[in-house]
Amino acid sequence: MLVLSGLLVVVLGFAFRLNPLLVVTCAGIVTGLAGGLGIFRTLTTLGHAFTESRYVAIVWLVLPVIGLLERAGLKERARDVVMRMQGATTGRVLLAYLALRQITAALGLVSLGGHPQMVRPLIAPMAEGAAERDVADLDEPTRQHIRAHAAAVDNIGVFFGEDIFIAIGSILLIKGVLEQAGVRVLPTELALWAVPTAIAAFVVHGTRLLLLDRRMKSRGSDA
Amino acid sequence: MITLEFLYRLMGILTGAAAIINLRDASNPKRLTNATFWGLWSVSFLAGTYLPDIANGGIILAMVVVATLRGVKASSGDSTTPAERVASAKRWGNRLFLPALAVPVITLLANATIGHIVIGGRALVEPKQVTLVALGFATLLSLAIGMLMLKPPLRAPLVEARRLLDAVGWAAMLPQLLAALGAVFAAAGVGKVVSTLAAGWIPAGAPLLSVLAFTVGMALLTMLMGNAFAAFPVMMLGIGLPLLVTGLHGDATIIAAIGMLSGFCGTLMTPMAANFNLVPVALLELDDRYAVIRAQVPTALLLLAVNTALIYFLAFPH
Repeated sequence: MLVLSGLLVVVLGFAFRLNPLLVVTCAGIVTGLAGGLGIFRTLTTLGHAFTESRYVAIVWLVLPVIGLLERAGLKERARDVVMRMQGATTGRVLLAYLALRQITAALGLVSLGGHPQMVRPLIAPMAEGAAERDVADLDEPTRQHIRAHAAAVDNIGVFFGEDIFIAIGSILLIKGVLEQAGVRVLPTELALWAVPTAIAAFVVHGTRLLLLDRRMKSRGSDA
Repeated sequence: MITLEFLYRLMGILTGAAAIINLRDASNPKRLTNATFWGLWSVSFLAGTYLPDIANGGIILAMVVVATLRGVKASSGDSTTPAERVASAKRWGNRLFLPALAVPVITLLANATIGHIVIGGRALVEPKQVTLVALGFATLLSLAIGMLMLKPPLRAPLVEARRLLDAVGWAAMLPQLLAALGAVFAAAGVGKVVSTLAAGWIPAGAPLLSVLAFTVGMALLTMLMGNAFAAFPVMMLGIGLPLLVTGLHGDATIIAAIGMLSGFCGTLMTPMAANFNLVPVALLELDDRYAVIRAQVPTALLLLAVNTALIYFLAFPH
């Protein structure tokens, strides 16, 4: 029971909006101490795991390319392209990206996306550009709201697309866990049963994106 | 043989450059803090493999103390002016998209090929790390394409990368720290305790309640652990198999597949999934730390209801 105190630290820390780095480190130390590891072993466990997890940070290697292109006007260009597209609205731009992300993820092409390489330099400026054309004096909170939605579409698209691909990590994990418990399942059937939720995700989130357009339009005509 | 160590060297150079450029930037009042933070991370990338674990633990503590007490702040950087960018965008047009799209395309191509390259009887790339090495390779090649095309000053990529790293700030390190926390949870046996607790609470034989306990439990535990992969074994072995499959004769395939997707609904709602929910907040310069989570919660809750209904209506014999 006592080892759960780390989870309590996490919940309270995030609820009170403390610095997440501090919250996570404290949760690690509390968990280690409660689990009887002692302060020295807790620190070495944390240090070892942190060093072994450096691969998680590899995504940042893309920053020099993105920065270089931003310096040369990539965001401005992305915005420009959308503004010249007939009928492109924020909701429709994001809806198209949702479909693209879900379909490519379902084909196993998970790396065709991501926040540093796709959302910040391309998708967010496109969604914002479309709104700039349709809404007179777009205010900063609305801009931020649009950008938050651009990030959300990337997440929802990949989460509810990738499981349709049979060789993705989660399918292999499911198979492994069940096999150890003596239950045999086929990856192809696991992938097939990801399809209903994938369709529901597209319908639910797609509808929300189109409603976002509607809300912005009514706000624009108020002004 | 190319292993992850090669990518860590590159990351060490990147964060090291961010530290040095910060140190020399008199215009940034937080330059010492930023330089310390990126410098410590750089040491971890370059030397982490060789340092004793206690030293690596010390690096974490030092980075967290620096970030918490002083904060890593955005720098003004040597970026181009808005007018220059508009002019450059006009000049290059759609060709600007080429190096950006080259990253994912080359990653895919490299991912499919470099694993098969054998030189002198040895694999060129460590087989287990092909995907990550492919990504590293793609970023280097795309950078080369961008440099040849745009011909900027040689230091531009590192100067720009530093500007972006400063803008993201401490959030850049959070996903890695969370992965480490997951390992500590596992070492202390958090998962086992949770599954014992969960199994004790649910009345056996009540179908809807059991399904709800499973799907909502997957989402909640994922929110706590930050990762559906960590929650799945706990919930599947604690509730899914004993109550739904064995007890109620449910279909293991349907229950497992949709159970995992219920966990993904939890991922959309938790700051613990930092790489998905907090890193973009920093990358997109949003004021509200939970802005991305707020945009996702309605979809996540609706899909959790859909998943519960799918299991309840389709997984059991009628």
